[in-house]
Amino acid sequence: MSSVLYDAQGPRAKRRNILYTVLFVLVAAAVVWWVYDGLASKHQLDWIKWKPFFTSSQPWETFIWPGFQNTIKAAFFALIIALPLGALFGIGRLSEHRWMRAPSAVVVEFFRAIPVLILMVIANQAYSEYTELDPETRLLYAVITGLVLYNASVLAEIVRAGILTLPSGQTDAAKAIGMRKGQTMVFVLLPQAVTAMLPAIVSQIVVIVKDTALGGAVLSFPELLASVRPMAANYGANTIACFTIIAVIYIALNFSLTSFASWLERRLRRAKKSTGAVVGTGPGGAPETVGAPVVIMDSSAS
Amino acid sequence: MFDFLDGYDLLGAFWVTVQLTVYSALGSLIWGTLLAGMKVSPVPLMRGFATGYVNVVRNIPLTVIIVFSSLGLYSTLNISLGASEITDVNFRLAVLALSAYTAAFVCEALRSGINTVPVGQAEAARALGLSFTQVLRLIILPQAFRSVVNPLSNVLIALTKNTTVASAIGVMEASYLMKGMIENEAQLILISAVFAFGFIVLTLPTGLILGWVSKKVAVKR
Repeated sequence: MSSVLYDAQGPRAKRRNILYTVLFVLVAAAVVWWVYDGLASKHQLDWIKWKPFFTSSQPWETFIWPGFQNTIKAAFFALIIALPLGALFGIGRLSEHRWMRAPSAVVVEFFRAIPVLILMVIANQAYSEYTELDPETRLLYAVITGLVLYNASVLAEIVRAGILTLPSGQTDAAKAIGMRKGQTMVFVLLPQAVTAMLPAIVSQIVVIVKDTALGGAVLSFPELLASVRPMAANYGANTIACFTIIAVIYIALNFSLTSFASWLERRLRRAKKSTGAVVGTGPGGAPETVGAPVVIMDSSAS
Repeated sequence: MFDFLDGYDLLGAFWVTVQLTVYSALGSLIWGTLLAGMKVSPVPLMRGFATGYVNVVRNIPLTVIIVFSSLGLYSTLNISLGASEITDVNFRLAVLALSAYTAAFVCEALRSGINTVPVGQAEAARALGLSFTQVLRLIILPQAFRSVVNPLSNVLIALTKNTTVASAIGVMEASYLMKGMIENEAQLILISAVFAFGFIVLTLPTGLILGWVSKKVAVKR
């Protein structure tokens, strides 16, 4: 195998690689031993701390499942509200009229520059000052509001990039058969752009799911992460075990989404019918998908 | 109009945010570069480790990592990173967590940068007899770094905003102060505006300056 960095290896290179492997294994083993020793000396690996998760359904029913439901609920509502809003602002930024373009740009840039956590805190306070919501609903609303404001503006950029990947011939052809601007957008541009945007949208879902944890840590919205404290208190200070279980759930959920996104991206890039342009998922992740998504034009797809 | 600011150390809080950002940026740049080096190395085990690390860390919420560093590392395992006062402990743990998390994104950005370097460059270097580390250090990485200024600046902006999560473990940075202020003062809109403005002041110039730098240093091919 060869890459930009190395050729197929000769005997010397192979020997050297084996040496590196051995060194790496030694270092890794030392680190693993250090971690193991640290955990064992604090009794975090004792079976009694892990037992509740494997022998009974009680922790799952009492703590994890309700938290998981809240995580999914917040993420789901945030997504279905943010998507149309994002589409609206994305299209707004592409408008021919300055009075539509400028405010859309300001709104999108503003909410992308502000941390989600701050948006959530402000939303929570605003709901408690100006509305009569009961505390539980209020927290859910605050988390969703924070997520929507931020993610709608990121999705707006994705939509804009998606529409910009389309060849201008599409608009020209639509004009030639006498379509109005709205019709061109709804019947010609958007349906094609959606395909190019799908992978980026799916990876944005990962960002949304991850950000729900902010609600748990900062507003004490009872989602998955927030279930760690009561759980650890209930089963004998098994903090490490609780965190491991929660992290594994997050990883399983998000990893399947990430894999789905990259599978989708490869597939769309191969597809003969599309233009072969896909709005890349970028180096995104967490509250960090900032900046316009990378538009990858792949000319080799044919 | 702005008398509600009296008695609050606004600049001090934003200074903590800046410090968190700078230390974590350095930490994640070093660790991320090492990871990227492993990810493109000819040793399968290192490649596997780097891939595993990126996939795991990228899919865990940063909040979980930061809260774990406090509840798991400090409270349970007594790892305090050599600090004795609780404020120092929290700050250092936050830097550790932010670096560990951001490194995954730095690694991804750098790797995509390495892919933009034409194969001919490395082939020419090898033809001169340079070893793998020499090729990586002298030929590939300098070119790769120049093409990833833009993605890295996005990672840096994201990191700046992510430092707010450190307030979850009691690091007294800007969002921590804001939370306290809007509970005590009846000036929701003004306070929100001040902190929103603060973050825009921090992130906007970063994007503009590094965007300009990225155009300046990009390798024209």
